[in-house]
Amino acid sequence: MSDQSATEAAYVVEGSEGDRWAIVVGLEVHVELATATKLFCACPNVFGDEPNTNVCPTCLGLPGSLPVLNRNAVELAMRIGRALRCTVEPSVFARKNYFYPDMPKDYQVSQYDKPINVDGELALPDGTVVGIERAHLEEDTGKNTHAGGGGRIHDADYSLIDYNRAGVPLVEIVSRPDIRTPDQARAYVAELRQLLVAIGASDARMEEASMRVDANVSVRPEGTTELGTRCEIKNLNSIRSLGRAIEYEARRQVDLLETGERVRQETRHWDEDGGRTRPGRSKEEAEDYRYFDEPDLVPVAPDEAWQAAVDANLPELPASRRARLAERAGRPTTDGGVALTVERDLDALAHAAMDAGGDPARVLTHVEHNVPVEAAGGLDPAQLADLVRLELDGALTATQAKTVLAEVIASGRPPADIAAERGFEAMDTSALEGTIDEIIAANPTEWDDYVHGDDARRGKLTGFFTGQVMKATKGQADGKVVNQLLGARRAAALAGE
Amino acid sequence: MSDPLDSARAIAAAVRSGSVSATEVLEAHLAGIAAHGDAIAAFNHVMVDEARAAAAAVDAAVARGDDPGPLAGVPIALKDNLCTRGVPTTCSSKILEGWRPPYDATVVQRVLAAGAVPVGKTNLDEFAMGSSTEHSAFGPTRNPWDLERVPGGSSGGSAAAVAAGFAPIALGSDTGGSIRQPASLCGVVGVKPTYGLVSRYGLVAFASSLDQIGPFATTVSDAADLLGVIAGHDPLDSTSIPDAAADLGPAVAAGRNGDLAGVRVGVIAELDGDGIDADVRAQLDAAARAIEDAGGHVATTSVPAVTYGLSAYYLIAPAEASSNLARYDGVRYGNRVEGATTGEMMDATRTAGFGDEVKRRIMLGTYALSAGYYDAYYGKAQRVRTLMQRDFAEAYASFDVLLAPTAPTVAFPFGAKDDPPTMYLSDVCTIPSNLAGHPAMSVPFGAGQDGLPVGVQVLAPTLGESVMFRVAAALEAAAPLVGRAPHAAPPIGGVR
Ligand SMILES: [Zn+2]
Repeated sequence: MSDQSATEAAYVVEGSEGDRWAIVVGLEVHVELATATKLFCACPNVFGDEPNTNVCPTCLGLPGSLPVLNRNAVELAMRIGRALRCTVEPSVFARKNYFYPDMPKDYQVSQYDKPINVDGELALPDGTVVGIERAHLEEDTGKNTHAGGGGRIHDADYSLIDYNRAGVPLVEIVSRPDIRTPDQARAYVAELRQLLVAIGASDARMEEASMRVDANVSVRPEGTTELGTRCEIKNLNSIRSLGRAIEYEARRQVDLLETGERVRQETRHWDEDGGRTRPGRSKEEAEDYRYFDEPDLVPVAPDEAWQAAVDANLPELPASRRARLAERAGRPTTDGGVALTVERDLDALAHAAMDAGGDPARVLTHVEHNVPVEAAGGLDPAQLADLVRLELDGALTATQAKTVLAEVIASGRPPADIAAERGFEAMDTSALEGTIDEIIAANPTEWDDYVHGDDARRGKLTGFFTGQVMKATKGQADGKVVNQLLGARRAAALAGE
Repeated sequence: MSDPLDSARAIAAAVRSGSVSATEVLEAHLAGIAAHGDAIAAFNHVMVDEARAAAAAVDAAVARGDDPGPLAGVPIALKDNLCTRGVPTTCSSKILEGWRPPYDATVVQRVLAAGAVPVGKTNLDEFAMGSSTEHSAFGPTRNPWDLERVPGGSSGGSAAAVAAGFAPIALGSDTGGSIRQPASLCGVVGVKPTYGLVSRYGLVAFASSLDQIGPFATTVSDAADLLGVIAGHDPLDSTSIPDAAADLGPAVAAGRNGDLAGVRVGVIAELDGDGIDADVRAQLDAAARAIEDAGGHVATTSVPAVTYGLSAYYLIAPAEASSNLARYDGVRYGNRVEGATTGEMMDATRTAGFGDEVKRRIMLGTYALSAGYYDAYYGKAQRVRTLMQRDFAEAYASFDVLLAPTAPTVAFPFGAKDDPPTMYLSDVCTIPSNLAGHPAMSVPFGAGQDGLPVGVQVLAPTLGESVMFRVAAALEAAAPLVGRAPHAAPPIGGVR
């Protein structure tokens, strides 16, 4: 496996003798594709319907039934591949044979040695590049519910099976073992999720299991390059548990190795409540899946025209959107507000307001903090630009602008009208200076504390004085200006001592 | 009524013209089944109610002045591995006993739409694995020519039903010879079409890359008519060939008129020697002479890869079967034997539900696909297929069709081939066409010294059905008369 982009990052597990261990993580992410129908039949691909209502002979694996490949699933798989900078290759479906009651045919149709997408990469917001080994198509299984006992298949009284999910198209995205910290793992999944949503390939909801993450974790002495024995961690149902599981698992493996034991290659399950991984099936005694090419399907070899159409229809990806927005608003590419705005899909609104003449920095600040995602659709970008203009002209304070914006969003009326109606006009500084002096005079003890107290104390008292000023001015003062004036008064007081 | 209704073509013509009703035709056949059915045991299930309803619908169409279709009122027997909506479909296995599919196979839909009347589901070797129909969980079918002998297999029930006059036509499936070999042993016509010409949707899979549905008939032209009805693209089968259906009528007519002018016929040397009975070789020689008499050119040719066919087949077919038959686990349908855990339930269900031959092939296939053995077995067998296609392609550069025995022997007594490898040799002449995906058919040509029918096999390249049927029709026209199977129902005729 490649180790090329391994920025040997700061995450280190310390051993008892002070030895330092690095971790190596590769992620396997399954995503359900947002197709209207299943992978090999015309049944609806819908989450949450009554059990066993979206089924037919094919997805129930009835004798004599045959699969017919859903063209749209191939299209979405290619879209994922191209967004991850993969090469699209002629691909072949294979059968993965094993017995399990939620699998109607007792084999899963998947792509094995000839996957549709190979050799890609995903750049994380912090600049780390994680290699993508492959992203292949396969069918989902049904869902077991084990009743009685411990709720697991081994000790259940009986099991119920819902085949609505059986045959839903999945793409399994396999990263190279390029991830070196729990944070990078989290960032990878978050970035991948955003990308999948942005390109319309999946709703990628971990809580609905339409996105499922397995982590391959191993450890090795810091500075060495040979890969250690890995464990595959399953049952990770949030980005948070992914990070916790990697931390726990790395610690566990280091403890084993330091006491002279070896790490067994096995599948382990994350126990969210216990905060630990538990052993599952050992890979060394794992089943032989007896893969062979699926004779009921023909190879899929998307021609150049189809690939070109997929590329042409690919929207701008989150990384590029972040870079563009950050540059325009004068922030670093890695800025959290930029990332949040793109993740919320509000960057188009921000750009539109900037196009309408709004100051980019102020526009982004408002979009980041003052525009609720669910209300964003009702906001006219030109009105946001007008609001920012009023603010920069000094007609509105930041606080007033926020209030006006909320009302613009609610009513759709022009910001100037709302400001006028409310009697908002930013106070000029001289009027404000008089008010501040009166308040200082009225509160000598607090003022003395503010001038001479430590930072924490002064922080608290800043709030107190600002509050008093706002009360006296009925909220018309600009908080930032008040802060500046208080600072100036303190400097003068100290200089006079 | 003057003409005997001795063929599907005659029945359909009479029903379409209104000179006889579909119901009369059906009742005459049901009477034959009632009188002789138990002796032959061709059917797992006689579809009396469905058949009467279908015949009544055909008669109603005729009464309205509508054309019920090219198979109007023709009784048809269906191999019991073809799904029939609401009608038990067992594959002659205990594991599927009682299962009623919620849908019709594409071929079933097509014959019904063409006006055919389904009389029953026919016996087979369990899941089509066998060459004698002795491996049916419900007991063997008997050969209408000699009740102590097998009808061949796995489509023995369909072949026997046609030979016994229970239906003039039938559908079977052919994975390694399962249509052609029983056709040969029962003295009827049997066709394995080009892979992909006929939809497999609704055929319970044995070995998906080899399985193909095809017709049985008493005449070559009936087989051509039935193939014409079932062939053609089906969007439900991804391996179905688009736009491939051809009209075989002119080719059959030319053959029947004894016109094989310019047709080049190669006799496969590798299938004309050791292991082939003298009776069979004698009829093959006679068939070759008949082709020359009709103006064809006959020469011996070599297709070396056919000698590897049997070995390759007994890796590929069991490998695919081991996967195809995994779904019979007791979870969703068919028989279930309870167990303490899901795994134990599956084990118990499969242990009780499958017969020995099925278990043998599942184990063989599981082994062939196992990690570490895949390349040596399954991988190598797949390479033999490529070799087979190449060797056939070389032969077809010089010949339009190839000629070979269908089966090495005439019908053999029950129990004569209890040893599996000996039984497997029954398919040595038919397997190569399945591995290559090519069409081939068996046409009756004379009889052996003990009066049992012999079939000769005409092989053609991909989508070469037209020339194949032309040669088959010429052979049929030139074949010595052997009469009717002694245990057949009396001919249908003079219905009114
Ligand atoms: Zn379905």
